[in-house]
Amino acid sequence: MNTKPALSSKKIIELREVSFHINDILTRVVISDISFSVAEGETVVLLGRSGSGKTTLLRLMNGMLLPSKGEVLVEGHSTRDWDLIRLRRGIGYVIQEAGLFPHFTVAENIALVPNLEKWQRARVAARVEEMLRLVGLEPGVFATRRPRELSGGQRQRVGVARALAADAPILLMDEPFGALDPVTRAELQREFSGLARRLGKTIVFVTHDLREALLLASRIILLESGRIVASCSAQDFLCLDHPEVRAFTASLDVAPGVPK
Amino acid sequence: MSDWVFFADHRAEILGATLDHLTLVLIAMAIAILIGVPLGMFIVHRPTLRAVALGVANIFQTIPSLALFGFLIPIPFIGGIGKRTAIVALVLYALLPILRNTYVGLTTIDHAVLESAEAMGMTRAQILFRVRFPLSLAVILAGIRTATIITIGVATIAAAIGAGGLGTFIFRGVALVSDSLILAGAIPAAMLALLADFLLGLLERRLRVT
Repeated sequence: MNTKPALSSKKIIELREVSFHINDILTRVVISDISFSVAEGETVVLLGRSGSGKTTLLRLMNGMLLPSKGEVLVEGHSTRDWDLIRLRRGIGYVIQEAGLFPHFTVAENIALVPNLEKWQRARVAARVEEMLRLVGLEPGVFATRRPRELSGGQRQRVGVARALAADAPILLMDEPFGALDPVTRAELQREFSGLARRLGKTIVFVTHDLREALLLASRIILLESGRIVASCSAQDFLCLDHPEVRAFTASLDVAPGVPK
Repeated sequence: MSDWVFFADHRAEILGATLDHLTLVLIAMAIAILIGVPLGMFIVHRPTLRAVALGVANIFQTIPSLALFGFLIPIPFIGGIGKRTAIVALVLYALLPILRNTYVGLTTIDHAVLESAEAMGMTRAQILFRVRFPLSLAVILAGIRTATIITIGVATIAAAIGAGGLGTFIFRGVALVSDSLILAGAIPAAMLALLADFLLGLLERRLRVT
């Protein structure tokens, strides 16, 4: 369990009464009136079933979506006011499918944001090597490979390396280990947990896996149908008495109240 | 057997007509690519313009080629009989495959790749040039390949409006009821088309990324 305290009480990300709906033939409300904040250095896990709105929340944080109502603030400024390109270059983003560029080598993929930011060649190369080692891939072997030559686990490691390359203070992760086999998934979860602790970044992590949430989170926010139903530390989560919480803990086969 | 003697005797003429034909095709293809590919990129984020562009190109492709030549003749400046009119018609004919393949190639990209590109702070232009375009080269080239084959074929008809090329042999052969003349035009034209298809096919395979 991640009991690392927040580095400060500075709110890096804040949602104020945020709602989001999709205007199709019918208006579908995805998120209703959500307010919470993420302090510097925290790892907040957004937990919920499919369709609970957790991916939408993540996309609101880097301005890929703008709220229908309310404000999303990053480092004190509303996403409506941010230069979205600047905002996103300061946020690392990892998704389930990795989304590596197939026409780039592993090194070029990792170097993407540093190159966009026009870092010097030598600095980029050094950083790529450092990132590969950080995620457990031998640079000499992997730097020149193409994504299609990698296994799913290796691709996701590169995805994490890419998100960390520009040393962005914020990391948004959308079920990054969801598409991996259980063995690889457990391996990456453990490694990432250690990594996250060392790096001190502000992390928002989306998952539907309670075990993963308990391993990685300093705080868990449970979502159901677009609303927050619980928000507490990982330790306290198991003791909560709420039907949705119980639904999740039941999936663990652990009696409520028994710490993991 | 007499056909081959005929070909050997008239090889200078046949070669001349082939080079004429090739010139028509290459000029028309160059112009069609220079218009079609950038236009295809331009309409990616502009849905109304896309409908117009694809619609217009489609109309020109649907008009029978000889009829299109006929329509263009009375138009001042680009009209009249001869090579210039032929090239205008060939460009219009080649446009649809190139334009459509460029557009389809640029928009049929793995969604996870585009999402990552956007989330990492690439601008729309950066995504278009550094992600969409490189990943759609094979599809764009497939469109160029189709357009080239079509152009080689339609260029044979250009002879009917005085543009020269291998079609002259075919039309003359039909008028004089001479198999040798017809084949002197038809065989090189067919070979040109097959050769172009083969070479561009190789290039297309080389450019494929995934």
